[in-house]
Amino acid sequence: MRDAVARLVRDGDVVVIEGFTHLISFAAGHEIIRQRRRDLTLCRLTPDLIYDQMIAAGCAKKLVFSWAGNPGVGSLFAFRRAVESGQLEIEEYSHFGMVGRFLAGAARLPFWTLRDYAGTDLPRANPRIKSVQCPYTGEELATVPALNPDVTIVHAQRADAQGNTQVWGLLGVQKEAAFASERVIVVAEELVDERVIRSDPNRTLIPAAVVSAVVVEPWGAHPSYAQGYYDRDNDFYVSWEAISKERTQLAHYLDEFVYGVEDRAAYMQMQPRLAERLRAGEQFSTGVNYGF
Amino acid sequence: MATVAARELVDGEVVFVGIGLPNLACNLARRTHAPNLVLIYESGAVGATPSRLPVSIGDPALVTGSLMVCGMADVFQLFLQNGRIAVGFLGGAQVDRAGNINTTVIGSYAKPTVRLPGSGGAAEIAIHAQRVLIVAKLSPRVFPERVDFLTSPGHRVAKVITDKGVLERDAKTGELELAALYPDVAVADVQAGVGWPLRARPQLARLDAPTPVELQLLREVLDPKRLYLKG
Repeated sequence: MRDAVARLVRDGDVVVIEGFTHLISFAAGHEIIRQRRRDLTLCRLTPDLIYDQMIAAGCAKKLVFSWAGNPGVGSLFAFRRAVESGQLEIEEYSHFGMVGRFLAGAARLPFWTLRDYAGTDLPRANPRIKSVQCPYTGEELATVPALNPDVTIVHAQRADAQGNTQVWGLLGVQKEAAFASERVIVVAEELVDERVIRSDPNRTLIPAAVVSAVVVEPWGAHPSYAQGYYDRDNDFYVSWEAISKERTQLAHYLDEFVYGVEDRAAYMQMQPRLAERLRAGEQFSTGVNYGF
Repeated sequence: MATVAARELVDGEVVFVGIGLPNLACNLARRTHAPNLVLIYESGAVGATPSRLPVSIGDPALVTGSLMVCGMADVFQLFLQNGRIAVGFLGGAQVDRAGNINTTVIGSYAKPTVRLPGSGGAAEIAIHAQRVLIVAKLSPRVFPERVDFLTSPGHRVAKVITDKGVLERDAKTGELELAALYPDVAVADVQAGVGWPLRARPQLARLDAPTPVELQLLREVLDPKRLYLKG
């Protein structure tokens, strides 16, 4: 992880760590904090705790997003403090708008059209939300500009050494974000042989062709989750409310769990009971016949 | 509120579910009068049958045993924009006279008094769901005459389910008006929680109290830890 971040994430980059609740690479976010990257433009539909931590650590110049809360809990207070004091530049869409931005980026189109935003204040708040007249029907459609990140980081259940990446459970916008990106880091729970990938090709979300680096990092998504590996740490999400509310508590958290550890393995060693509490139960799918 | 919201759902409908009380309402409806309700979460789970109360909209329990899991591009383009969603549930920090919702900022956008999470999928749910149900507790702070920021337009709002009564949008005026009351609630109690002179329909419906079966399901099966239920 240290090498991948050192090599592929640079000061001033447009960075995407995607994953909708599921498979958020906290391990990569923490490594970026440890390497003290600065002036990043952080993009995600839901900034979640990981961007709250990166904002608090001073990595972010700008945030591009569509829903900035602590899912199921409340607020992201580092984000709120930064916005309410005017220290963080923001560019705000809705989820569909952000999805459209990744779709356009992945298809290498300049913008995406969607039927959205009519009657809302969002285009006034963000002048990059514009509209276009349909050349066929004359209908006025909303547009959002393509998003082509410098680097996208996705967490996955498994990948082979080349970067062929398989994901199951919630898929978010990882595929679109990866294809839109200049560089892609895949962080996997497990490294598997290429034969495993080939045995179930429909499960491949991101092909090696778009992947710059593969990092094997078990538990790298905690406190987010990996379906079939470990559950979401909802208790931690709830406790973040109090931690992020107080600057000093947040700084203490970063000192202890981010700056104070060398890597994800050390982070897990600090919390020996985590694995036992969150390890996933078993519910296997029935296989399919790929024969012909 | 959860039972009133549940009774709004018709068996077989496709419902775009939010977290919290709407999620409780949908799962209650599924276990009572609407077993064929199809629950879609913006995270991509379609036909979810969560075995535990999802804490977040992306809970792994929404995936296990669902009918389909798709990416978010499919959720917004193939389901929502395609017109496949019958009911969308929304909540908000502010709901105004026209049913417009604010989940973005209190105060001005440039210098907000309170920065709220933002739209998420709420703008497009309000625009594309065939009917929108809002669930919110009454208070003048939550129900101002006009929202500070218009995140989700109100024109598809069918009902606003509150803790004291149900408001409906008048087709002619486009204004929310009082349509139904809970047992032992007076019109004045509702007006006290609304920041504009609220029109009441001449014939107000009385909402039935939760049945013992609904209460038992809510308290013992769906939300035993009382994450969303109070009292």
